[in-house]
Amino acid sequence: MGLFSKTVAYLRDHLGKTRRKITSSLGSLLTLGRAIDEDLLDELEATLIADDIGVATTERLMEDLRAAYKSRKIAKSEDILPFLKERMKEYWPARDRELHAAESGPTVILVAGINGSGKTTSIAKLAYALSRDGRKVIVAACDTFRAAAVEQLSIWADRIGVQIVKHQMGADPGAVAYDACEAALARGADYLILDTAGRLHTQKPLMDELAKIRSVAARKIPGAPHEVLLVVDATTGQNAIQQAKVFTEAIEVTGIFLAKLDGTARGGIVIAIKDMLDIPVKFVGLGETPEDIAAFDPDEFVEALFA
Amino acid sequence: MYKWGGDPKRAGAARRFFHRVWNDKCFQRKKLRRKGRVLFDALTDKFSGIFRSLSGRGRITEANVSDAMREVRKALLEADVNYQVVKQFCKDCLDAAMGAEVIKSLHPGQVMVKIVHDELVRLMGPVDTRIYFVSPGPTVILLAGLQGSGKTTTAAKLGRYIRAKGRNPVLVADDLQRPAAIDQLETLGQQSGIPVYTDRIQDAVKVARDGVRYAKQNGHDVVILDTAGRLHIDEEMMQQIADVAKTVTPHQIYLVCDAMTGQDAVNSAKAFNERLELDGVILTKLDGDARGGAALSVKAVTGKPIKFVGLGEKLDAIEEFHPDRMAGRILGMGDVVTLVEKAQEQFDADEAAKLQAKMAKGTFGFDDFLKQMEAVKKMGGMGGMLKLLPGIGSQLKNMEIDEREIDQMRGIVHSMTAEERRDPDIIDASRRRRIARGCGRSVQDVAGLVKTFRRSRDMMQSLSSGGMGGFKSLLSGKTDLFGAMASGRVPKIKQRSKRKRAPRRKGNKRRR
Ligand SMILES: Nc1nc2c(ncn2[C@@H]2O[C@H](COP(=O)(O)OP(=O)(O)OP(=O)(O)O)[C@@H](O)[C@H]2O)c(=O)[nH]1
Ligand SMILES: Nc1nc2c(ncn2[C@@H]2O[C@H](COP(=O)(O)OP(=O)(O)OP(=O)(O)O)[C@@H](O)[C@H]2O)c(=O)[nH]1
Ligand SMILES: [Mg+2]
Ligand SMILES: [Mg+2]
Repeated sequence: MGLFSKTVAYLRDHLGKTRRKITSSLGSLLTLGRAIDEDLLDELEATLIADDIGVATTERLMEDLRAAYKSRKIAKSEDILPFLKERMKEYWPARDRELHAAESGPTVILVAGINGSGKTTSIAKLAYALSRDGRKVIVAACDTFRAAAVEQLSIWADRIGVQIVKHQMGADPGAVAYDACEAALARGADYLILDTAGRLHTQKPLMDELAKIRSVAARKIPGAPHEVLLVVDATTGQNAIQQAKVFTEAIEVTGIFLAKLDGTARGGIVIAIKDMLDIPVKFVGLGETPEDIAAFDPDEFVEALFA
Repeated sequence: MYKWGGDPKRAGAARRFFHRVWNDKCFQRKKLRRKGRVLFDALTDKFSGIFRSLSGRGRITEANVSDAMREVRKALLEADVNYQVVKQFCKDCLDAAMGAEVIKSLHPGQVMVKIVHDELVRLMGPVDTRIYFVSPGPTVILLAGLQGSGKTTTAAKLGRYIRAKGRNPVLVADDLQRPAAIDQLETLGQQSGIPVYTDRIQDAVKVARDGVRYAKQNGHDVVILDTAGRLHIDEEMMQQIADVAKTVTPHQIYLVCDAMTGQDAVNSAKAFNERLELDGVILTKLDGDARGGAALSVKAVTGKPIKFVGLGEKLDAIEEFHPDRMAGRILGMGDVVTLVEKAQEQFDADEAAKLQAKMAKGTFGFDDFLKQMEAVKKMGGMGGMLKLLPGIGSQLKNMEIDEREIDQMRGIVHSMTAEERRDPDIIDASRRRRIARGCGRSVQDVAGLVKTFRRSRDMMQSLSSGGMGGFKSLLSGKTDLFGAMASGRVPKIKQRSKRKRAPRRKGNKRRR
């Protein structure tokens, strides 16, 4: 997708600066011609864990590595990283990463996630990229709960020049979604992006509310929502797996928006999420301005994990 | 009178105990009541250690807890404790636990889990959740943290919390970055009825300074500064908050940290701490099901206590931090921990009964006494571990007994006859002289030891007399006892021992 100004290549340069000690010790074990031994495997395991890939997925990757070693696909330490990287990149085939679109009429994107993960800002970024690409975008302020959430989205809509549908604070989010769908249809929008209130997946009533927003959209516009993005903060640890699982049960998540990848966290949890739940990553957030978005690029992402 | 060697400055609890026994007249009954607390403490500490050490069946070795440690390691990593912290922590626990006694009904692995759990509690606590207010005010509190961690919400929560303590706080909207950040704080201020100082300019340092001035002029005694979320590697933004801190010199700086944070928690916490010298951490979003290993990571790298936890979006959803709950949550092995605690309680009760029987028969002599001291020494040698031992051990102070003290005791005891050891009450002046000659110590030393022995024994007897009640509850019902002591509610035990002491004394022919 040529929509996004930044590429994840930015990431690698950026993260290069925050290189961890661990990688250098891993580096020293990966010298040319060195045999594969337990020290090296331990160090590798530590790197994967430090990336938030999680115990289970790390174990799986290590098993694959051992199997490859047994079957003599790899023999020396310098073979390890290329093998692992390839293995990881396979998680995200190209078809997985495209933004779904409606065949006709507005494409509805429902955005959800836990509190403070970056939903509203990510929506601004996405809307900005799409509108710069000449699409007509409407955003809808279905977060009527959090203090000043409507104002926040309004300010973004204003800044990036897209339309917004909003109600008063405390209004029914389903009603906002309903009106937004009507507006999108009436005004011939290409994209309708629904912002929702942050909620923990453990709050059943709030998850039900989200499902209701989804079904409102589904009733109003055929095939909607075409895309359901879960915004995951890249600093999140293992709990993101549970988040992805429960949100998917409620609203059939189709992709992940990995926000805040501009920090020192590597966001490795999305590997575990892909591994266990088969949910692909579609976008990454790289800062707080509307330009700070990139289409997810597995190559760059995986390289950054070991940078 | 206090003659046994050693540097008094290094006096540990046990030494202080002896010192007290020898020099103080506190053993006179009336005074005993007043001093009871310290003595009960010291005695209980010792005996609980002894029981364990005399009756333990197995010991912890690296091999017999390796499975358990693997599970522990995995649990901690799955809870998002940073892997380097996990590594160090597990190593420390294992080193400390090595050789620890394991009672017969338990597997060493189970005991190990309990040790890990208690060590987690220890590492994350104790927590002083008081907010120290200065006078003249205003007390300035600065909140800092990564984007979306919960600073603005926490500012309002803290405001409410502090107002409930009779203060008059003002919130200062010093996030000039995020769209609608000021509106957000204003709304929260309205919801909670707490005034908010705002100034829609682009100078965070000025807003902070003016906010504090505003507080002074308007009689607010607490200022809570909400700041923009920032990445710890964003030099410009980190400089900005450092400048704010330099300008308003906050009395408390808290890092607001999302409980769901993964491995990276160590990096951000460390950077914020280096830049701002944090006073504490507030862990948010604990109302979810995240295991919250970041709590341990952050504590480990900053050394700063977690003070409060956020438990929801509502403004009353703030609580003081409880290390024990957090430990249970992070480790997630509550079943094992409870099992060990139960078994340990049973064990303590059994052992208390045995010892009591022995004392009731009047067979508690110098050999037992020496054994106890040696056991205590052995336990003491385990340093911090002592506190971690299951059951009553968890309440122990870190006792130090000088090896020399034990040696001197041993020397004196060894020059006693078997009969004297069994029944120390027959030791009269001439026996004292003989014993002193035999071990090359002064007569006063011998007399001192005999006195110590008697007083300890009497103490125990008075505690244990009249059935299981006293001693057993002292040892196994430790929560009540120590809880009571900690909170200064000692009378319950004292009354009981007093009541039960009276008839016992009559029948105690050895008492003079
Ligand atoms: N550094 C960085 N900050 C981000 C990124 N995305 C969002 N943020 C910041 O994260 C904070 C929270 O973002 P929001 O968009 O308000 O998050 P949200 O999920 O809508 O929050 P709630 O609606 O309260 O649940 C804001 O300060 C954003 O500026 C990112 O990619 N990088
Ligand atoms: N469930 C839950 N949500 C919380 C808690 N604390 C804050 N939140 C929510 O988390 C989101 C972010 O909180 P904010 O207070 O805006 O976070 P912030 O750190 O000020 O964010 P920035 O200013 O953008 O950096 C909001 O949706 C809050 O309602 C908590 O303890 N539990
Ligand atoms: Mg939002
Ligand atoms: Mg804020």
